[in-house]
Amino acid sequence: MEHITKNQFNIVIVGTGGQGLITILKIISQAVLIEGKDIKTSELHGLSQRGGSVEVHLRFGKEIFSPLVKQGSADLVIALEMQETLKACYYASKQAKTIFLVNDFFIPIPGKKLLGKSAILKNLEKFSQETILIPASALCKKQTGTPVTAGVFLISLACFKNLIPLSPDSILQAIKKIVPEKYLELNKKTWLLAKTKNL
Amino acid sequence: MEEILENKQGKEIMLLGNEAIVRGALEAGVQFVSTYPGTPASEIGNTFYKIAKKAGVVFEFSTNEKTAMEAAAGASFCGLRTLVAMKNFGLNVASDFLLPLVYTGIKGGMVILIADDPSCWSSAQSEENTRGFASLSHIPILEPSFPQECKDFTKFAFELSEKFKIPIMIRETTRVSHQSAPVVLEKIKKGKIKAKFVKNVHQFSTMPPRVLEMHQELLEKIEKIREFSEKSTLNKIKTGDPTSFMNKGGRVSFASKVGIIASGASYLYVMEALKELNISLPVLKLGFFHPLPNKKIQKFIGRLKKVLIVEELDPYLEREIEILARKANSSIEIFGKNVLPEVGELKPEYVISAISEITGKKVNLNFQKHIQKFKKIKLAKRHPNLCPGCPYWFVFSAVKKAAPKGTIFGGGIGCYMLAGFPPHNIQDYLYCMGSSIGIAHGIKRISKQKLITFIGDSSFFHSGIPALINTIFNKSNPLIIIMNNSTTAMTGQQPHPGGADTIKIENIVSACGVKSLKVIDPINTKEMEKTIKEFLNKKEVSVIIARRPCVRLKT
Repeated sequence: MEHITKNQFNIVIVGTGGQGLITILKIISQAVLIEGKDIKTSELHGLSQRGGSVEVHLRFGKEIFSPLVKQGSADLVIALEMQETLKACYYASKQAKTIFLVNDFFIPIPGKKLLGKSAILKNLEKFSQETILIPASALCKKQTGTPVTAGVFLISLACFKNLIPLSPDSILQAIKKIVPEKYLELNKKTWLLAKTKNL
Repeated sequence: MEEILENKQGKEIMLLGNEAIVRGALEAGVQFVSTYPGTPASEIGNTFYKIAKKAGVVFEFSTNEKTAMEAAAGASFCGLRTLVAMKNFGLNVASDFLLPLVYTGIKGGMVILIADDPSCWSSAQSEENTRGFASLSHIPILEPSFPQECKDFTKFAFELSEKFKIPIMIRETTRVSHQSAPVVLEKIKKGKIKAKFVKNVHQFSTMPPRVLEMHQELLEKIEKIREFSEKSTLNKIKTGDPTSFMNKGGRVSFASKVGIIASGASYLYVMEALKELNISLPVLKLGFFHPLPNKKIQKFIGRLKKVLIVEELDPYLEREIEILARKANSSIEIFGKNVLPEVGELKPEYVISAISEITGKKVNLNFQKHIQKFKKIKLAKRHPNLCPGCPYWFVFSAVKKAAPKGTIFGGGIGCYMLAGFPPHNIQDYLYCMGSSIGIAHGIKRISKQKLITFIGDSSFFHSGIPALINTIFNKSNPLIIIMNNSTTAMTGQQPHPGGADTIKIENIVSACGVKSLKVIDPINTKEMEKTIKEFLNKKEVSVIIARRPCVRLKT
């Protein structure tokens, strides 16, 4: 894998305010810390969190300086919403062999006609090595009763699929540390769901 | 217990830049903390709000940044270590107090944390660069790059503040305050929170002619701090790749003849760029923005043919270095804003391109081509929106129905500035806290146009009251709608004086003599519409208090 030679792994996570991006960022960060690697993340707060587009960055490996992923250098893009995936193309490229892990889920923008699924996938093709499309929100709703854990499902799945060079057990440990007690069971269940889906 | 309060020395935990500031203050034994919420500084107040009791620290959300700074100074005058945090625009509000405070100096160590927001990620108003306050107020300014430095610089700032009896500013930018990374903990120090003010007119009263002496003393103090800055390890020479760069004596080689000067987040992009381009250049990392270590800089640039200054927004550093270069190396080529943007925050790719341009080193990815390809994608803008069930939906909808065509709509800072986005589109001007009323009055004094102006309850307490009184005193008749959701919502539901019924807004408004005043629950849309229509025809100022709690408020 590309990241092994360059000693660093770049993730961009996109979605909209309220989809829990900060929580999944914290979970991955904690997992990285558990594995003893250097890490920097960048997040935005405030206005953007009111349902607007949200984008967070996470970089880990050996001696990380910039908290921002640079243009065209993402190893992995995790998208919690289809439309938002397009914004992440800025950070993706064929050269970096970017992989898109995408939640097959649309949040409409009132008064705007959005690109459809096939048009979006066509665009992603130009900026990636591979796109993995998964109905994470629907799956989580069906199996755990709520779609809100879609993000936790995707990052867990990414580890099971070896798309992120972190052990799934570190993610589970991180979930236990980051997620508040009353949501812990739900999130553990989601992690397990990712495990079975990878089989 | 909150992890940030763990007293395990040497333990490494993930902290946000702002949380690292909190931890640094705790390790320095901070005793008093005040703030007015403002992103990207908000988490400092939010964290202290959660932990203050357990930490044994006096904490307050003040009514505005000026009262916050004054409160912190008062506690410092009693000998306590104090921290006051705010976003850049907050310092404008507090600056009336800041300037004389730097003259008089302080007693207990006082740190002023300011968060700038290049690219205005969570700001309207302007792309303000707080570095400008160095020349205006003379206050020493430190600029950390990452969370560990946020913690270390804060601790150091308290020491420096007490050593020189002067408040010290720490300036962050969004990418520092909202950057997370592992931070190594040291012991938390607990201080006493009871102390006494010892009278000292010589220090604390700026009556002339003493104030001129103070000015002179301040200039001398800054020169002493400059000497300190010269020796400080906060300003140091780094290299992209130490193994290939240091010669045998461990000294930095200047064979390249190209050097870089940077601080804050810019420094991180420089180091990333050197790694990416696989070159080693000497980098002078400045922890002090003011006072600058002039001699260190002159020595650094003295041996170079070219120097690149990497800084966000205005070229403050570049100008200083141009002046220093006249003496130290008049033939040096200085690069800065000629290869980097002056508007918007920097990104690693901008710095990579700049260094590539100067050194001739090739970039791996053709950024220009890539961006052109990216621009071909049809992106749909997703505006931030009011939360589902937010009472403001009802206010805006009633206003849109009741206001005649051509009505002017005044906006202010808070969730209600979303009035400017679709589907509302009712915001004809937007400046700063409190000014929605101030400007409304000016317009109404000279124009008969109908005008409705919005102000949040927190903004009303922050700086709306003087503007309301001015409107009454100077007799104009805007319709003011106070959005009373009982919290400072936009920055994360911090409490304010109107929240727990400490102070009722209607009591203030009626005490000012406003006769057309109604408190309405905005879900009563019929009453809202009827009142708006009625009040728009009043000859004197009218006020509607739209009262319904924020849906995010935990009851």
